[in-house]
Amino acid sequence: MARRVLPGFGLSLGFVLTWLGLIVLLPLAALALKASGIGFGGLWTMVTTPAVLAALKLSFGAAVLSAVINAIAGLLVAWVLVRYSFPGRRFFDALVDLPFALPTAVAGIALTALYAPKGWIGALLAPLGIKVAFTPLGVLIAMVFVGFPFVVRTLQPVLESLDRDIEEAATSLGASRWQTFTRVLFPLLLPALLTGFALALARAVGEYGSVIFIAGNIPMKSEILPLVIVKQLEQFKYADAAAVGIVMLALSFLLLLAISLLQRWSRRWAER
Amino acid sequence: MSMSLRQTLLGSLLWLGAIGAQAADVSLLNVSYDPTRELYKDINAAFAEQYKKDKGDSVTVNASHGGSGKQARSVIDGLEADVVTLALAYDIDAIAEKGLVAADWQKRLPHNSTPYTSTIVFLVRKGNPKGIKDWNDLIKPGVEVITPNPKTSGGARWNYLAAWGYALRQPGGNDAKAKEFVAALFKNVPVLDTGARGSTTTFVQRGIGDVLLAWENEALLARQELGKDEFEIVAPSISILAEPPIALVDKVADKHGTRAVAEAYLKFLYTPAAQDIAGKHYYRPYDEKAAAKYASVFPKVNTFTIDAEFGGWKKAQATHFADGGVFDQLNVGK
Repeated sequence: MARRVLPGFGLSLGFVLTWLGLIVLLPLAALALKASGIGFGGLWTMVTTPAVLAALKLSFGAAVLSAVINAIAGLLVAWVLVRYSFPGRRFFDALVDLPFALPTAVAGIALTALYAPKGWIGALLAPLGIKVAFTPLGVLIAMVFVGFPFVVRTLQPVLESLDRDIEEAATSLGASRWQTFTRVLFPLLLPALLTGFALALARAVGEYGSVIFIAGNIPMKSEILPLVIVKQLEQFKYADAAAVGIVMLALSFLLLLAISLLQRWSRRWAER
Repeated sequence: MSMSLRQTLLGSLLWLGAIGAQAADVSLLNVSYDPTRELYKDINAAFAEQYKKDKGDSVTVNASHGGSGKQARSVIDGLEADVVTLALAYDIDAIAEKGLVAADWQKRLPHNSTPYTSTIVFLVRKGNPKGIKDWNDLIKPGVEVITPNPKTSGGARWNYLAAWGYALRQPGGNDAKAKEFVAALFKNVPVLDTGARGSTTTFVQRGIGDVLLAWENEALLARQELGKDEFEIVAPSISILAEPPIALVDKVADKHGTRAVAEAYLKFLYTPAAQDIAGKHYYRPYDEKAAAKYASVFPKVNTFTIDAEFGGWKKAQATHFADGGVFDQLNVGK
C-alpha cells in the first residue's frame, strides 16, 4: 500500500467508523429492528390512519415553513451582524446561540407563558382574534425559535470570508446594488443558506420538548408526530412507535437528500 | 495493509476500552409516578427509621419519579426497581407481562395492592363563577375543561373513566349515551397536556380553563401550595375510586437479594404510621384511625371501582384507550 502523506490514516479511520457506528448507525439499526415487528402492512395501516396523517402534515408542514422563515430572517440577521458595526453587536451576536443553550422544555414553557391568552403577547393578540398558543401557529413559533441559530451560524463565516473586492468589481462593471446582491453575493451564499435551512428543518421536524407545551395536542388539529410516537409508547407498543420513527426518518432523509442535491447544483452554478 | 488494519482495530478498541465497569447498586429503588414525590420522601425516612429499630440494619430507599407509563417503560427496559408504586394497575400489568413481576401481583397485598386511594374531583376558580357542581355542568357550552390526554397520561384515564361512569349512572344511561357525554366533555377541552402536572400548570399558572379535572390529592396540594383564596374544590355527586397500586419487582429483588427488605417496605405502607403519612399528603388512607384523623380534609364523594364498572384495567384500556378505541372515535379535534 502506498504511503500517504498524512500519517495515522488507519487509526483515525477506525476511530471514525466505530464512532459513527456507535453513535449513529447502532441506534438506527435498533429502531429498524423494533419496527420490523409490525411488518410493512402493519406500518402502512398505522401510518395512514387519519390522526397520524394529520400529525404528519402538521409536523412536516410547520417544519418546512419554520425553516423558510428562519432562512429569510437568519440571512438578514447574519448580514447585519457581519456587515455593520454598532454598539452591542457582540451582545446580540451571543444572543443568537441562546435557543441552543436553553433546555427545550424551558423554552416551551416560556413561549407558552408568553403566547397563552393571558400571557404578555397572547393578551395583546387575543382581542384581534389571533390565537397562538395551543394552535398550529404555536407549533410554528416554537419551531422557528429552536431552528433560528442554524441559519445565522452557517452563514456568518461565509459572509465574513466574502471578499469586498467582488462587490466593488461588480459595481465598477455597472451592476446596480440589487444586481450585485442577487447576481453576485446571493449565489455565493446559497450553499451555506441551504445548509442552514436543512439543519433548521431537521431540528424542527424532530423537536418535542419545546413544541409539546405550546401545541395543545388536540388530535387531528395540533398533534405533532413525535407525540404520536409517545402515544404508542404509552400503550407499550414499541414496534408501532418505532414504525412512526422510521417513517419520520425516511421522510427527513428524502428532504435532506433533496436539499443536498440542490446545494450541489447551486455550488456548481456559483462556480460558473 | 495488515499494519493499517491493525491500526484500524486499535482505533476501535480505544472506544470499547472506554466503556467501563458498572458499579453495583445496593440500596432499595422505588420507581414511582410524579405526584408522590413528597409522600415517599416522608415514607422512606420513616421506613428507614423503623427498619433500623426492628432489624438493626440501615436501609436507604431511593425514589424515582416521572409519568407513570414512562416509569413502567423504564423498568421494562432495565431500570432495576426493587418495587414499583404507580398510578394505575395497567402500567404494572405491562411490567408483569414481561415476566419481571409475578402475574398475580395484585392479589399479594391487601385492597388490590393499593395502600391508599384517591378520587377525581374538580378544581374551580374562586367563587366558582361558572357554577360548576357536577359532571353535567362540564358539557355546557362556554365551559372550558382542562384535563391531560388519556392517551399519554394514566391520571387522565381515571378522569375519562370517572366521567363515563357518571353518564352510565344517569337515568336511561347506557354505553352510547356515555360516549356522547364524554365526547361533549372533550369538545370543551382546549388543551390536552401530556401529563397531569402539565394540566395543573395550564390551569393554575396560565389561567386557562374554568375547571381542572384532577386527582383529589393533586387538587388539595395545588390549593394548599398556591393559595386557598384562588381555587375551590368541587366534589361531584359520584366519581371513580382511583387506586394507585404497588408491587414487588420479583426478578430485580431476587437478583439484588433484597426481597425481604422490599417486602417489608411494601407492608410498611399499610402500617398506621405510613397510613398517617399518606393522609397527611392528601391520599385517602385505609387505616381507620388515620382515616378518622383526616376525615375533615376530604369531601364526601360516592365512588365506584374500575373492576366493578369496567371489568378491570386491561379491559378498560382495550375498549377505550387502544388505537381505534372509543377515545379515538370521539373525534376530539373535529
